[in-house]
Amino acid sequence: MFGRHSDLPLAGDATSRFLPWLVALMVFLATMAVTGAFAVEEVMSRWDHDVSGTVTVQVLPAGGERAEAATDDRVRQAVDLMRMVPGVLSVKALDKAHTLALLEPWLGGTEVVRDLPLPRLIDVSVDPDARIDLAEISERLSTAVPGASLDDHRVWLSRLVNLSRTMEWLAVVVVCLIGLVTSATVVYATRTGMAVHHDIIEVLHLIGAHDDYIARQFADRAFVLGLGGGMFGLAMAVPALSALGWAARRLEGGFLPSIGLPIFGYAVIALLPFLAAGLAMLTARLTVHGTLARMP
Amino acid sequence: MRHRPRGENIISFDSVGLRYGLGPEVLRDVTFALPSGSFHFLTGPSGAGKSSLLRLMYLGLRPTRGRVVLFDRDIATTRRYELPALRRRIGVVFQEFRLLDHLTALDNVALPLRVRGVREAEIRKHVPELLSWVGLADQLGAKPSTLSGGQKQRVAIARAVIGRPDLLLADEPTGNVDDRIAMRLMHLFEELNKLGTTIVVATHNESLVSRFSHNPRLHLEHGQVTRVN
Repeated sequence: MFGRHSDLPLAGDATSRFLPWLVALMVFLATMAVTGAFAVEEVMSRWDHDVSGTVTVQVLPAGGERAEAATDDRVRQAVDLMRMVPGVLSVKALDKAHTLALLEPWLGGTEVVRDLPLPRLIDVSVDPDARIDLAEISERLSTAVPGASLDDHRVWLSRLVNLSRTMEWLAVVVVCLIGLVTSATVVYATRTGMAVHHDIIEVLHLIGAHDDYIARQFADRAFVLGLGGGMFGLAMAVPALSALGWAARRLEGGFLPSIGLPIFGYAVIALLPFLAAGLAMLTARLTVHGTLARMP
Repeated sequence: MRHRPRGENIISFDSVGLRYGLGPEVLRDVTFALPSGSFHFLTGPSGAGKSSLLRLMYLGLRPTRGRVVLFDRDIATTRRYELPALRRRIGVVFQEFRLLDHLTALDNVALPLRVRGVREAEIRKHVPELLSWVGLADQLGAKPSTLSGGQKQRVAIARAVIGRPDLLLADEPTGNVDDRIAMRLMHLFEELNKLGTTIVVATHNESLVSRFSHNPRLHLEHGQVTRVN
């Protein structure tokens, strides 16, 4: 492929000079889309890992004169009830100080906040393999302990997972569209090149060259241009992604798990220039074959 | 060389007609056969259809009607992917030479070998030999733009014969050269013919034909072969 003999003067073609730039842009966009999809998938899986195997019991504060003591009493009842559930590994009630510490980034630590009637939280670890009927426990809990409810995180997590899936499909669609645009450009450049070199192609055809002999020369050229452009696009994407990663790390603030890519993600991104070059090569080859098929 | 036994038909046309698009027929009911090892002139006035007939013979066109048999293969029923193998048995000297301007004389002559996948070492051995034979030993690295008309013609002929074709078709090969070079080229064709190559030379140069009057001629007039002798 590299250094193979070529009878066609394709290296000096003005028609294909824009191809590397377009492939560079396409690989840049594809890298961003693929990275986005992998990053969201990674965040989702870490979130899922963090919250799977845990449920949270929320106990609303009691009213009246001895509200604090009554609330503590409710928490104790809920803890006792949860400890009796088969499959529960540990039950830990968060005291008010801990709850206030969790809220401090949003509400601050003033006296006013300390006086607020805050719900109390109980962190429950469950065996992921145990078949626990959470609906039944939730009903039992709300009946036995006034103001107590069970949150198994599944509702909001499933919405996030749906969002993640949507973004992954969106990335696939974006990459497919990028591939289509790249192919269309290669088809245009190849056909233009064939028109420019029609006389030479006809001579090669008439002295007995197989279609693939001619197609291979266009395909090799498209591969070289595509690979060069793809590498440049990837090189442009690296600083852009670094900047985005830096911005994301500043955003995390304890809410998002740290954003990173799996090894597979890095491998796919590293392959993008080669995939783009391969696509350009295949498209050029098919285009030449299609055009030559109209010759006698 | 794998030339056929002399006397067998190498190419035959039977009631062949050709038209371009929806235009009138430029060739009508053309019927003839060329025996292997023969040397024919194809004569006729300008516009008679000589180049079109040659294009049909070197498979640059397909007839709109009639039957063409080349190397015992009916062209109408030959699959497209089989045609390159037939074309490699034909050498063509085009009227305008059709050399590739960006390639050297050596690379132009090497083209038929390269499309066949001949090894570079063999190309480097045989092509300079042939170019020496046509008197261009000192022009191996020259581009066509720096060559004279006669030199281009000889490069074109070398390209046509490097693959040792069974059939050599030359379209006005002496049209752009002086008499001395024209005679030299004709003698070159006769040498090739003696080695077994079937030769067809299209020309409207009657004086040239008369000097080689021992060779038969196909005469085209108004798109029809009017005389074969």
